[in-house]
Amino acid sequence: MIISIILKKIRQAVTDLLPIVLVIAFFQIVVLRQPLPQMGEVLFGALLVVLGLTLFVQGLEMGLFPIGETMAHALARKGSLFWLLCFAFALGFSTTVAEPALIAVAAEAADIASQGGLIDSSQESQKQYAFGLRMSVAFSVGLAILIGVMRIIRGWPIHYLIIGGYGVVMLMTIIAPKEIIGIAYDAGGVTTSTITVPLVAALGVGLASTIRGRSPLVDGFGLIAFASLLPMIFVMGYGLIVF
Amino acid sequence: MEFLYDFSKVLLGTCRDVLPIILLIVFFQLFVLRQSIPHLRRLIVGGVYVIVGLALFLAGLEKALFPLGKIMANQLSDPAFIYGAGEIVTHADWKAYGWVYLFAAMIGFATTIAEPSLIAVAYKANEVSAGTISSWGLRVTVALGVAFGISLGTFRIITGTPLYLYILVGYMIVIIQTLFAPKSIIALAYDSGGVTTSTVTVPLVAALGLGLAATVPGRNPALDGFGLIAFASLFPIISVMGYAQLMQWRTKCSIKNMEKRNAL
Repeated sequence: MIISIILKKIRQAVTDLLPIVLVIAFFQIVVLRQPLPQMGEVLFGALLVVLGLTLFVQGLEMGLFPIGETMAHALARKGSLFWLLCFAFALGFSTTVAEPALIAVAAEAADIASQGGLIDSSQESQKQYAFGLRMSVAFSVGLAILIGVMRIIRGWPIHYLIIGGYGVVMLMTIIAPKEIIGIAYDAGGVTTSTITVPLVAALGVGLASTIRGRSPLVDGFGLIAFASLLPMIFVMGYGLIVF
Repeated sequence: MEFLYDFSKVLLGTCRDVLPIILLIVFFQLFVLRQSIPHLRRLIVGGVYVIVGLALFLAGLEKALFPLGKIMANQLSDPAFIYGAGEIVTHADWKAYGWVYLFAAMIGFATTIAEPSLIAVAYKANEVSAGTISSWGLRVTVALGVAFGISLGTFRIITGTPLYLYILVGYMIVIIQTLFAPKSIIALAYDSGGVTTSTVTVPLVAALGLGLAATVPGRNPALDGFGLIAFASLFPIISVMGYAQLMQWRTKCSIKNMEKRNAL
């Protein structure tokens, strides 16, 4: 019984990874016409990936989803809007501020800005610029989850908020300095890590299923969308203020 | 031995990612909610699975797929491969890059299928829609969107057209679609745009973008290398809403047909 469940999970993970293997094999053999280098190492790595994905999915069902929903239920039942919003903001801020991808992007952005002569090329001002950028992205993700939770509670329709947000992004794209635009768009993509996403999704769905009159499908999703929209606005805003 | 060192480094990194979440949850449980967590043992085991699983996944990717994918991205964008060896190219011809577009589309599709965050969101979507949204169907739709987006993104890098034009047009399409798409899919569609660019997709796609920007004549990696990720998060929104619209339209048509038949 247990073995058949495990086998099913492993088969699922293999199916998930098969496309990557096929694409790489096709291009390596048919297009580039080169033998696969270090076959043994590649196979060993692929085995790890399958094992890891199987464990991860199992852990999602056992740990991350339940904890997100339990927190959502408990906070909603407590009935304190203040603490619920605190939790939302802290979740967004704390998981983003130390994200390695964000640190890398911020450092790169500082480098580009100093090359373009927008800030001093001294180490000090570059560091300050990168730090400010990181803080504004982390703050914006916290604010995004907070707004998203408010939306679920109040039942605001998501499309007005998102369309409004995109409108602001488009306007700011026109007036923001050119050097910051590419970074701003990418900042929206790097903010949500693999562990944050399931937790945030479970929080949203948990809240929407606890509060009366909300549908988990219509209202429960959308938190991640805010978390990738708001950083774009904040990074461009940061660019406008600093330069 | 070297592998164990690499693996423990990845494991430590994953633990550091989880640390703020654990602190936050413990703080709220102890000071705000002041109640015990049900099924605590199960949750902890699940949490350990997630951390170890993700670390194994990342370590395996870094060992096997990323180096290979990056080498291939470089080889495919190498002018010697595209124009033939010995040819001196001063002006990029966008028609010569057929394999690059195909590679971009296929690698975008394949990495999105394997993306753990998307698996998580699709699982939840399947659960709350009581099975009407199939988890696999959502993932394939999102992956098709990413495939098209990244392919178009490489076209942009090769032709050197400005990023904001594409993005502005893309947003226009999203806004118009939002007005007409079924309300129940909108939030999910926006979310799927945010989750596609994560652990698997970003390293490979970034390598492709930077490789192209470095080798295509007349492109600057600092300016043109960015932006592929923006494409990868814009087009899934369009494809998911588009798919929902198509389904809605087909249901409408079949209802109309039924009515017609009944009238006869």
